[in-house]
Amino acid sequence: MTTGSDKPLLRLSGVSKSFGGIRALSDVSLTIGHNRIVGVIGPNGAGKTTLFNVITGAYRASAGELTLDDEPITQWPSYRIVRAGIARTFQNIRLFAGMTVWEHLLVAQPHQGAFVRRFLPARWADPAAATRAEEALVLFGLQNYRDSIARTLPYGVQRKVEMARALTASPKLLLLDEPVAGMNHEEATELRHLLLRLNERGLSILLIEHDMAFVMNLCQDVYVLDFGAIIAQGTPTEIRTNPVVLDAYLGSEAAC
Amino acid sequence: MISTYDAGLLADVGILLLGALSVYVILATGQLSLGNAGFMGVGAYVASFLTVEMHWPVTVALLAAALVSSIVGVIIAFPALRLRGIYLAMATLGFGEMVRSFLLGFDRLGGSGGYRGMQQVSLGYIWAWAGGILLLILMLERSRLWLEMRAVHDDETAAGLVGLNTTLTKIGAFGFGAAVAAIAGGLFAHQYVYIEPGNFGFERSIDFVLAVILGGSTVGLGALIGSALLVFLPEWLRFLADWRLAAFGTLLILVLLTRPQGVVDRALLAKLALRRAKAP
Amino acid sequence: MLLQQLVNGITLGAVYTLIALSFSLVMGILSILNLAIGELFMLGGYLGFAVIAGHMSLAVALLAGMLGAAIVSMVIEKVAYEPLRNTPLITPMLSTLGFSIILQNVVTNVWGSDPLQLPSSLFDRRFTFGSVNIGLMQMVVIGVAIVLVAAVAFLIQKTPAGRALRAVAENRDVARLLGVSAGRITLLAFALSGALAGAAGVLIGLHYAAITPYVGVDTGLKAIAVMVIGGATRRWGALLAGPLIGIAEVLTVAYGGSQERDLVVYGLMILILLVRPQGLLGGARTDVGQRV
Repeated sequence: MTTGSDKPLLRLSGVSKSFGGIRALSDVSLTIGHNRIVGVIGPNGAGKTTLFNVITGAYRASAGELTLDDEPITQWPSYRIVRAGIARTFQNIRLFAGMTVWEHLLVAQPHQGAFVRRFLPARWADPAAATRAEEALVLFGLQNYRDSIARTLPYGVQRKVEMARALTASPKLLLLDEPVAGMNHEEATELRHLLLRLNERGLSILLIEHDMAFVMNLCQDVYVLDFGAIIAQGTPTEIRTNPVVLDAYLGSEAAC
Repeated sequence: MISTYDAGLLADVGILLLGALSVYVILATGQLSLGNAGFMGVGAYVASFLTVEMHWPVTVALLAAALVSSIVGVIIAFPALRLRGIYLAMATLGFGEMVRSFLLGFDRLGGSGGYRGMQQVSLGYIWAWAGGILLLILMLERSRLWLEMRAVHDDETAAGLVGLNTTLTKIGAFGFGAAVAAIAGGLFAHQYVYIEPGNFGFERSIDFVLAVILGGSTVGLGALIGSALLVFLPEWLRFLADWRLAAFGTLLILVLLTRPQGVVDRALLAKLALRRAKAP
Repeated sequence: MLLQQLVNGITLGAVYTLIALSFSLVMGILSILNLAIGELFMLGGYLGFAVIAGHMSLAVALLAGMLGAAIVSMVIEKVAYEPLRNTPLITPMLSTLGFSIILQNVVTNVWGSDPLQLPSSLFDRRFTFGSVNIGLMQMVVIGVAIVLVAAVAFLIQKTPAGRALRAVAENRDVARLLGVSAGRITLLAFALSGALAGAAGVLIGLHYAAITPYVGVDTGLKAIAVMVIGGATRRWGALLAGPLIGIAEVLTVAYGGSQERDLVVYGLMILILLVRPQGLLGGARTDVGQRV
């Protein structure tokens, strides 16, 4: 599915997830190459968020395997998967309500240096961390909100903080859960440019989105999920004209 | 020169401060523990046994007691991982009661008759420990580690998904909290030179929580203020004679209604720091 | 002998069931422990005593205890819970603790801190069935408990108020959308909770023919254990767990020693929390756990 040259960054083989009697994911196999932007679309309830949860280790797969850079991560706990290079944002924002924006940008960073340095004030524990946090502040235009407490922030700013936080974890792969929901055209375009820039710098992106225009304009590869299974994959153009896909969508309210 | 009575009160503040801090440290990771008196009891009896029957010096005995208690704390923390909120609180309550009940039946160390024979330590010694641990925690509050603890407190799932090992953080907090409570217990034993299981029951655990919540549950300094309030308020209310406890209860409710975050919180401390910075 | 212990255990268990129900009524809709319930139980006992000492019937004693406790409980809801609805759970819990301190102080001042005794001739009749010797009072305790539990069950299952209560317990926001006033329902829950605790107080006070201001804490804590073991989110767990724990406690004291008794009770509670946190009669595991 991806360009044959590089070995894949993330590979899912036959991944299934069941909750009691309900099959949320059925035999899902997909590959995400290095430096790719991949989209996952599908009607509501298709299992997209479950897919994210399985990839990040929030749910353990009922069957199948996941590898990150050829490292099997199927049994790993969330934090280990994140440290290995996968970060995500949430559909309903999950910030740390009592912490400031600056603190968000510090805490997500992988801690470099000896374990003991953790006990030191943040400044001395890892001086480079402050630099990285500063960069993220500027990149997302959050300088004015540096010391604001997360729960007091306006919605749009919260979303930026969520993404900025995910990026400070220095991921190889960024999972975005409906990043442009509720955004106007300007904001969506701004985000698209940001994502393209990050992609140029080497970041792979996997995103779930209902906004078709956004997906088609940004993603290089697209997977279509319906009832927990992949029903189609290809380039945006291929997907747009795929009769199976159209059928799945016309069967639910989320028409393009 | 302060009277013996007042010295006793100050000793109480120091001991309560340590107990409050033990709850504070655990609460900082989002876990409410209503059973820290159990850790205090472990500390008190271990330390007392070591000084009275093994003739160890007090300081070494206290450290040993803290170690034993922290091991118990870590053991408790593992199953506690599965519980949240009020269920965790109830489990810790059960733990505290079990320790008290166990001590009641443990005749080797006195059982219901209590344990005695300890040498009294000075007020200065008590505050060396209390002040020292308070300072340690105040320093820790600025660390990277504390940032992680606060993230776990605010949203445990999100914390895991930004790469934090929430398990280690929560267990570590319990272990550390247990150690601090044990020191409180050891000091209590060597202040009152007689201990019995009833000293380490639910009322004691609730006192710790009360001190933290009243003083301010989001900063370490809150434990200090809360402890001072809890010890001195009943004294100041003495003039109410038989009704002073009711007055205390009323005051408690009033404080919670008007300032539920406690006397001090981060915002207040920041404001005070700003004012001091501005002053010439 | 064993049978006798069983009867004693069931009597104690009946009281636990009432108090556990009292806790779980509030716990079910608010996820908080009303730490004043122990003292409401104690208050009920004293009110019942006062009535009996005034030569009135048991029924009046029960009424007085239940009514008094219910009224105080409603005051607690208005003052300690309602204004603190949106703060972290520990805050209203400590507020109810404040009330428990006030209650205990008031009772101690009005009635003194020494145990009050009833003339023991009152309900002393005993009946013998084979090897079992049951006191009249024991039968009364068990009987009244059964009636009260049945009454509460009827209220909750069959009346509109009860339905509303269940709705709020299920999902407060949805209930509000459906027009249920969560505030009034909470008040009702507190009132019922108080009435049950008060009744338990009257029963146990008359059963032991003595009462002190300090009975609240210990019994209250045990009742929490009973609630957890039965299943905090399913009201009827207390029905099973109460007698179970009562019997366990009585047997431990008879064959083990009185020191071990608390170990057994709380040990069981912790075991349940670890192995089956929703309790013996509880439903889905996901019922458990909201942030403090």
